[in-house]
Amino acid sequence: MPVNVISAGIATTIQDMGRPGYYHLGIPIGGAMDRLALRTANLLVGNAEEAAGLECVFVGPELEFTEDATVAVCGAELPPKLDGDPRETWTAFAVKAGQVLSFDFLKAGARAYIAISGGINTPPMLGSRSTYAIGALGGVEGRAVQPGDSLPLGASVRAAKEGASVPAKLRRGPDNPAELRVLPGLYWHRITEEAQRDFFDDTWKVANEADRMGYRFQGGRKLAFVERDQPFGAGADPSNITDACYPYGSVQVPSGTEPIVLHRDAVSGGGYFMIGTVISADMDLIGQLQPHTPTRFVKVDMETALAARRDRARTMDAIRNALVAS
Amino acid sequence: MSCRYTFGGDEHIFVEVDEAMSLEAFFVSLSMTNAVREANIKGVTEICPANASFQVKFNPDVIHPDDMMAELKRLEETAESAEPVLDTRIIEIPVYYQDPWTHETLMRFRERHQDPNATDIEYAARINGFDGVDAFIEAHSGAPWFVSMVGFVSGLPFLYQMVDRPRQIEVPKYLRPRTDTPRLTVGYGGCFSCIYSVRGAGGYQMFGITPMPIFDPQQKVSYLKDFMVFFKPGDIVKWKPITREEYDAAIEAVQANTFAPRIRNVRFSLDDYNADIDGTNAKLMEALYAG
Repeated sequence: MPVNVISAGIATTIQDMGRPGYYHLGIPIGGAMDRLALRTANLLVGNAEEAAGLECVFVGPELEFTEDATVAVCGAELPPKLDGDPRETWTAFAVKAGQVLSFDFLKAGARAYIAISGGINTPPMLGSRSTYAIGALGGVEGRAVQPGDSLPLGASVRAAKEGASVPAKLRRGPDNPAELRVLPGLYWHRITEEAQRDFFDDTWKVANEADRMGYRFQGGRKLAFVERDQPFGAGADPSNITDACYPYGSVQVPSGTEPIVLHRDAVSGGGYFMIGTVISADMDLIGQLQPHTPTRFVKVDMETALAARRDRARTMDAIRNALVAS
Repeated sequence: MSCRYTFGGDEHIFVEVDEAMSLEAFFVSLSMTNAVREANIKGVTEICPANASFQVKFNPDVIHPDDMMAELKRLEETAESAEPVLDTRIIEIPVYYQDPWTHETLMRFRERHQDPNATDIEYAARINGFDGVDAFIEAHSGAPWFVSMVGFVSGLPFLYQMVDRPRQIEVPKYLRPRTDTPRLTVGYGGCFSCIYSVRGAGGYQMFGITPMPIFDPQQKVSYLKDFMVFFKPGDIVKWKPITREEYDAAIEAVQANTFAPRIRNVRFSLDDYNADIDGTNAKLMEALYAG
C-alpha cells in the first residue's frame, strides 16, 4: 500500500546509501547527502539503516498514507505535522491510514530525511534506489518525486517503537559559522603560500549554487597561482589541469575565485585544479548548510581526519545503542 | 615518467602520472589501474583511470591511508615493466558535422564564445591553421582516437587523437559554460574530443552530433543490453562523417533498435605506434573495415 504524494516541496528525492562502484564511468555514488540523518531516521522506524527514504531540501512534501506506518524526520529542523498537528523531529511517530503528513517552515539546517517503516521500495538501479536525475537512475522513473506519484513501501524488518527519540546530545546540525575540515593536497602546490594562508584565514559564504553535485562558496580573497607554462592538454587558464578525476569532497577553485566542494552527485572528473579535500567526517554537515551560511575551512592533517572519522563512527554507534538496544 | 602521489582526503589517493597529456601517460594510468584491480587490495572501492592520472577510493576503516599509499607505489614498478600492449576494440562512430541542432544551440550561446561571429567549428578550424572547415573535418575524422577517460557524467568519453603532437588539434572551452548541450553532441575542449552522453550543461566547442546512443539507463538499446554505458578507457574510435540522409537513416535504425555499430577487436602496441604512427593507424583501419 503506497504513500501518495500530494505536493513535493522544492526538490524531494528518494535516497539511500548510494551506488558505489561506477564512478569510473561518471556515475557517482549518490545517496543521502547527510548519511547520519537518514541512518538515524531509519533506525527510529525499525528499518535497515541503509533503507531508502526521502531527502527534502528547505521545504517538505505533503504525503497521504494509505496504510498505518511509523515515520521519523531527522537532519534539518523541518517540523512535521500530522493532519495539521505538530510532531517532533528526531522522534518516531505513528501515522494512520488516511492521515496526511506535511511540514512547517524550516527552522535550521537544509535537508530533512523522512523514513517510513518498511522503507521506500522503488526498483533499485545499479544496486541503489537513490535518485540521480542527470543519468535518469533510481528515484521515481529516474527523477525527483512529483505530485501524483505513489511511493511503494517495503515490509518492516523490526517493530518500530513509537515515541523513541534521539537524545539531544547525539543530534547533529551545523554550527554558525560552519567549519569544514580540509586535508590539503591534490594540486595544493599550484597556489602561492600567501593564497594557501588566505584560503584558511578567510570566512566564506555558501552561494546559491549549492546542490547534490556540489557546494559553491563566495566571499574570500582570490587565490594567486604559482606561475608556470601550462602543460599540453591542460588549457590556458592557470586553474586548468589535464582533465582528471575529482575525489568526493574535493575543493576546486575555477580561476581561483569561488571554491566548489563536490558532494554525493559529483561530476567524476574535469579540468579544474583542486586544493584539497573535505574530510569524510564533515561531508554530512555540508548537506545541512543553507545558502549564505558563513563558513570557515580548517586545515587538518591525516591523523586528525582519521580521528574525526572514528569520532563520527562513535556517534553513530551511540545512536544505535540508544535506539536499538533500549 | 615519475608518478606524483597525493591524498584526496581520508578516502582517496590521487596519482598524477604526468602534468601533460600523452599516450604514454595514458598507458601508465591504464596499466596501473589494471594492476590495482588485479591486486585485489582489501578496502578498495573505486578505481578510476583518467587521461594522464588516476584515482583510487578506499575505506580507511579497512586499510590505513599510508598502507594504501605504499601498496600503490609498489604497483608502479609492476606497471612500468608491463608491455605497453592493449587488446581492445575499434569502433566506427558516425558523425553528422555541422548539424542543425548543435548549430541552433551554439547560436543561442554566442555571447559566451571567443568568436561570436563564427561557428564553433569555423573558429576551431581557423585557430588551428586549417584551410576551411572541410579540411578540419578531414583531420578530425581522419586519424583514430583513444578513449582516454570515461566520466564527468554518465558514461561520457574523453578522446585523444592518435597523431603526433604537431598534428594535435587544440581548442579552448567556451568563455563561460553553456547551460544546454544536445544529447550526443560531439564536442571539443583542450586536446580532447568528447560525446555528451546526456543533454545538459557543457563548455566544450560543438562540432556535430552522432545518431548512436552511448548511454541507456533502461538498457533497451541492443548493444547496451549488457551494460548501460558503451565506452570504456582504451577503446579506439574512428569518426565517420555522414550526411543528413545518412543521419536520418541511422536514427530510424536506432528507433527500430536495429542499429549495430561497427566494432572489431584489435591489438594495439604503443611501441609499434611510436615507431610508425600513420602505418599503425592504417593497420587499425584495415582491421576495422575488413570483412
